[in-house]
Amino acid sequence: MSVMERPEVVESAAVSPAQEPQKREVLLDLANVSLSFGGVKAINNISFDIQRGEVRAIIGPNGAGKTSMLNVINGFYQPQEGQITFKGERRTQMKPHLAVSQGIARTFQNVALFKGMSTLDNIMTGRSTRMRQNMFWQLLYYGPAQREEIAHRKRVEEIIDFLEIAHIRHTPVGKLPYGLQKRVELARALAMEPELLLLDEPMAGMNLEEKEDMSRFIIDVNEQLGTTIALIEHDMGVVMDLSDRVVVLDYGRKIADGPPDEVQANQEVIDAYLGVSH
Amino acid sequence: MDALYLMFVDPFVQMADAPDFFLQVLWEGLVSGVLYALIALGFVLIFKSSRIFNFAQGIMVVFAALTLVGLYEMGLPAWVSVGVTLLVMYGLAMCVERVVLRPLVGQPDIILFMASIGVTMFLIGFGEFVFGGENKVMITEALGIPTGAIELNPFDGFVLIEEKDLTAVIMAVLLVLGLLLFLNKTAMGRAIRALGDDPQAALSVGISLSQIWVLVWFIAGVIALATGIVWGARAGVSFALEVIAYKALPVLMLGGLESVAGAIIGGIAIGLLEKIFEIYWGQPLLGGNTETWFAFILALVVLLFRPQGLFGERIIERV
Amino acid sequence: MFYRVSGQFKTSYESDMALFPIRQDAVLLGVILLAMYVVFPLFASEFTFKALLVPVMIYSLAAMGLNILTGFAGQLSLGTAGFMGVGAYACYKLTTIFPEMNVVVALLLSGCFSAMVGVAFGLPSLRIKGFYLAIATLASQFFLVWLFEKWAWLYNYNASGAIEVRTMDFFGLVVTGPTAAPVTQYYFVLVIVSLITFCMINLTRGRYGRLWKAVRDMDIAAELVGINLMRAKLSAFAVSSYVVGVAGAMLVFFWKGAAEPNLFDIPLSFQVLFIAIIGGLGSILGNFLGAILIVALPVLLNFVPGLIGVEVNSATLEHVNVMVVGALIVGFLIAEPHGLARLWALIREKLIIWPFPH
Repeated sequence: MSVMERPEVVESAAVSPAQEPQKREVLLDLANVSLSFGGVKAINNISFDIQRGEVRAIIGPNGAGKTSMLNVINGFYQPQEGQITFKGERRTQMKPHLAVSQGIARTFQNVALFKGMSTLDNIMTGRSTRMRQNMFWQLLYYGPAQREEIAHRKRVEEIIDFLEIAHIRHTPVGKLPYGLQKRVELARALAMEPELLLLDEPMAGMNLEEKEDMSRFIIDVNEQLGTTIALIEHDMGVVMDLSDRVVVLDYGRKIADGPPDEVQANQEVIDAYLGVSH
Repeated sequence: MDALYLMFVDPFVQMADAPDFFLQVLWEGLVSGVLYALIALGFVLIFKSSRIFNFAQGIMVVFAALTLVGLYEMGLPAWVSVGVTLLVMYGLAMCVERVVLRPLVGQPDIILFMASIGVTMFLIGFGEFVFGGENKVMITEALGIPTGAIELNPFDGFVLIEEKDLTAVIMAVLLVLGLLLFLNKTAMGRAIRALGDDPQAALSVGISLSQIWVLVWFIAGVIALATGIVWGARAGVSFALEVIAYKALPVLMLGGLESVAGAIIGGIAIGLLEKIFEIYWGQPLLGGNTETWFAFILALVVLLFRPQGLFGERIIERV
Repeated sequence: MFYRVSGQFKTSYESDMALFPIRQDAVLLGVILLAMYVVFPLFASEFTFKALLVPVMIYSLAAMGLNILTGFAGQLSLGTAGFMGVGAYACYKLTTIFPEMNVVVALLLSGCFSAMVGVAFGLPSLRIKGFYLAIATLASQFFLVWLFEKWAWLYNYNASGAIEVRTMDFFGLVVTGPTAAPVTQYYFVLVIVSLITFCMINLTRGRYGRLWKAVRDMDIAAELVGINLMRAKLSAFAVSSYVVGVAGAMLVFFWKGAAEPNLFDIPLSFQVLFIAIIGGLGSILGNFLGAILIVALPVLLNFVPGLIGVEVNSATLEHVNVMVVGALIVGFLIAEPHGLARLWALIREKLIIWPFPH
């Protein structure tokens, strides 16, 4: 089978030319969500929504409940109260692997790559929910399993090109520098072809140049692939530049929600970040 | 119906019918349980201070007992043999620290675990090579451990308590108390606990890793010797004893790898339950010898419902 | 020099993903297979078959099964021998209940039974992790051996409590029992091991291999990238136990000829675990290297006293052997925690760039 042939298993949504983002439709809606561990309220009665095609930032001081928020969105934690509606469907019980098949992918605050595997294999794991060939064909390898493998490899290679990591394709990710690991993680999330991409501090621990690269990739993903993005980030410059709307959390409560410049001027937000004198 | 009766009614009827025998069973179970707890304790100490799942702990029991008996057979007086055995255990602790722990520091848990299996094998081979592989008899009398029996007559019945079992229990209690005092009241003990909580922080305040490791492995060796003496007095000394070493493992599952209290309570609970199960269910219904697996299955079932063990805190997974 | 890769270009993903991206590897394997299939059977003595070649093959297979679970999927198991026992007893029962059944069919079916038992004992892995799980696998070890002892139906109510393999033929060729020629048994073992190895290589380089490794490296992350942990873990348990079970059946049918329950006790589990560790966790090749080392070691040690002119009785030799294996394990872990397979990879890398240092 030639490399040029387009396999049928692959949907061509991701790396197709820019779609016109329709900013009106609500992709994900959270209503009165609360989450607690023992007696500690990590998230306290929070409501907000994410619209299709936008870049939505979630900010707040350390311990504000931002990561817990992402964990609730992709089903890793079950909120005790509140409703979550994704793509117009009310969500009940949720498992992370189901969230992926519904179109939610994410990256992690502390890089969560599979250290013993190569870059390529790491990204290929992002395709696992889409692979169908059963154990029997896997045992034989040649035939359907190999065709499927090559089809997905082709898609993964497109993402590798897109994020400019072709040179580290076969390197074990444990050996890569931090900045590149973050990029591989983004690649793995993109390999899931998500409709909603959750990025947990994609620029933490990066130098200026790496941050600029990462910002460019995030914008490209949003504009060229049309992926909706929710991101947590501490670098305010990045947040203000990238995001369409910002939600601010503090101690598990929502204290502000709106366009970047509006949020920036909000007194409560300034207090939360700088502290208030009593 | 018959099977159900045999399973759910008959054992309890028997217990009520012969309460003195039931007491005897409880006592036997308690003694084994105390010894399981001791082995588990040595294990917990090492895990707390060095994060090593020390598979060799059980073998150290056999090794210590074998050394003691071997030295005595070579003509040393009994108490001198004990002293020399302690020296040997100290030497072992030093060797383990130098040859195994130091080169492997910072390796993943599983590697250290495997290394401890390597140490286990080595000790088995070494012990048999030096002292021979045949069964030996513990030098109970030479050590002055009483060997008589006390007869009690509760419920107009008859319970036999062997004095060496009683010695075992008393010794175990003293050992545990001493250990708790050491851990809680001395600077060294505090250092060990600090290392267990946060190795990096402990190192940064000037605690010497290798010193602590040698010490902890030596304490584990002392516990092993004590266990070896009392268990050897009951069952003879040979590497067949390693089976009891495996019993410490389900105790750890129940009690948690890091909890001293867990090891003690878990050990006693398993000792009691497996004895009761063997006598009232295992022998009449299953053909006996259920003690080989009962503790494991019990621990497994408990863990299925409480993955954190009986004494662990609820696990919250984070990303 | 021999490992020159220049001039070998890949023009398709297919060739990049080939089993041997470097031509020399394929040649090397060809040479080894030639030795195994042609040279050894021509020249090896009966002793070599019985004491070296067949044990190496069978242990390699068992270690490969364990490696799937521990090396690839990261679930430490101390109960391998129990599952080998299930395979052996299943094969024994199958061949007595259905005397007409082809021995190969029985062998491959018996793996299914150990796979089922493996999945049952693998269920706790969904709740229990790490060392706790390792101890839990000991539960299967002790329980299964107890069962082999107490459940008389399993050994057809033999007075001895042991299972004995009767003489069976494969299309007229005697393959089991005392009258079977060692070379025939060797070929049987060799073909089956080759076949399963081929399948395992395929499995571990494809989708399942990635699932397992992802679970091993970081199970929470694996779940969050959409991997169904239950399916990944249980499939590892199933495949692993299948391979281990077949190895156990072959151990009894093509090597030992008979077995008592205590054959499947914990020393065998450790033996297999050591082979997997010394060979290299997460490697297929390593199992063979490890098995060669562990099987050959006692045989070699037997010759040492003779060479230096000392009389040593066999019990002492046995003890020394255990000691050396223990020391070897510690030594290996210190020198190369990833085992012989990594050692070979390093040598190969050096050969590729030879004579340049980098």
